[in-house]
Amino acid sequence: MQILIVGGGTGGTILGNSLARRLASEIRAGKVRITLLSASDKHMYQPGLLYVAFGQMTPDQLYRDEASLLESSIDFHVDPVTEFHLDRNEVKTGSGKTYAYDLLVIATGARIVPQEVPGMAEGSENFYTEEGALRLHKRLMEFRGGTVAMVVSLPHKCPVAPIEAMFLLHDFFKARNIRDKVKLQYNYPVNHVHATANVARWAKPEFDKAGIEYETLFNVREVDPVKKIVYSEEGTECKYDLLIAIPPHRGMEMVETNNLGLGGWIPTDRFKLTMNDHDNVYVIGDATNIPVSKTGSAAHFEAEVASDNIVSVIKTGVPVREYDGRVYCFIEAGFDRATHNAFDYINLPELKPPTKSVHWFKVAYNQMYWSTVRGLL
Amino acid sequence: MPQRKVLDARNTFCPGPLMELIANMKLIGVGDELEVLSTDKGSADDVPEWIKKVGHQMVGTTEVNGVWHIVVRKAK
Repeated sequence: MQILIVGGGTGGTILGNSLARRLASEIRAGKVRITLLSASDKHMYQPGLLYVAFGQMTPDQLYRDEASLLESSIDFHVDPVTEFHLDRNEVKTGSGKTYAYDLLVIATGARIVPQEVPGMAEGSENFYTEEGALRLHKRLMEFRGGTVAMVVSLPHKCPVAPIEAMFLLHDFFKARNIRDKVKLQYNYPVNHVHATANVARWAKPEFDKAGIEYETLFNVREVDPVKKIVYSEEGTECKYDLLIAIPPHRGMEMVETNNLGLGGWIPTDRFKLTMNDHDNVYVIGDATNIPVSKTGSAAHFEAEVASDNIVSVIKTGVPVREYDGRVYCFIEAGFDRATHNAFDYINLPELKPPTKSVHWFKVAYNQMYWSTVRGLL
Repeated sequence: MPQRKVLDARNTFCPGPLMELIANMKLIGVGDELEVLSTDKGSADDVPEWIKKVGHQMVGTTEVNGVWHIVVRKAK
């Protein structure tokens, strides 16, 4: 059996390693072969970008060679897929090669598209790319006072990142002794400060305590970089001196060009994690259209379910379990305290007050991640 | 001919039904409709509030066995 994984991010790497270990005897016997195709030879720890923006990590700390993370039995190629031919179980790649498969896993992630909002690319900073995080850090270091505004576009990766960024801004300017010269303005698309009711219930009083101002039902329509005003679809506006935007996201371009899903999000069974109408195609991580958070955590849990089922089908002929919507996220509440957020399709998150110990566990996890993607944790 | 897309946001908390609706409104054409399925009764209030504020159209809301079917039309 040929298993083909497209995408070398969190989901693809965890799944590949898990399959390689659990199917080791089948691989040795030549009954199973695992191939992983990625667009890059590097693997980025994306949550680290937020720390880069605040000067707490440097970009070199975010990367490892993808090959160094993978089990040696995985046939790894840096060769991005350009065409999916699901009707004949094969893909074509940038190098011109064709890869056939019996079982395909699509784990291609998401991309930012700030250019879809007029003025956003020119008029704002973000922490969703290495270049963006470095530029934001420079702007923050140069900032002497005024309004720092946040706008949040939909959809976007890591739904708690905007809240974390606001708390970090508060502590950043406090540490520079200019917090009294900075107005922090948070603008959010729905009618609470966070989409998840219990997160909003926790964050609102924390914002009040930190003097962070907020406007809800603010969906960014346009940014005027000259006047330094951001306009909402709801008819309001916000003046700023420094604008931090959570840009809108789409699935990867080749997913859209191959018509696999509207917006680049692939229609996926939320329990089985198989692509609708394609039982031999699994989709995990940000690439799905499942209504759960687009985070490495969701990709991790989905990879575990997909692995369990693929292994079980190969060994016994039947799958073993369904994805239950599980997500676990740390939420930094400043430079030295954090809480955490765990939920699934049935159970709402119950947030505890932030503590230093959770923050330090998150700092440790920033390193432990490399053990996670290797499948050791 | 206007299209209707069903958005199954039952039993989801993050990002949740309204966020899913706003994100998907960008992906449909003017005149097309979205039917959001939600098990959060708050959606029956939240969605119309946003639709009214932004200037889209509510088509209707029904509740069937604990699932709210909220249909909206993209107006601009």
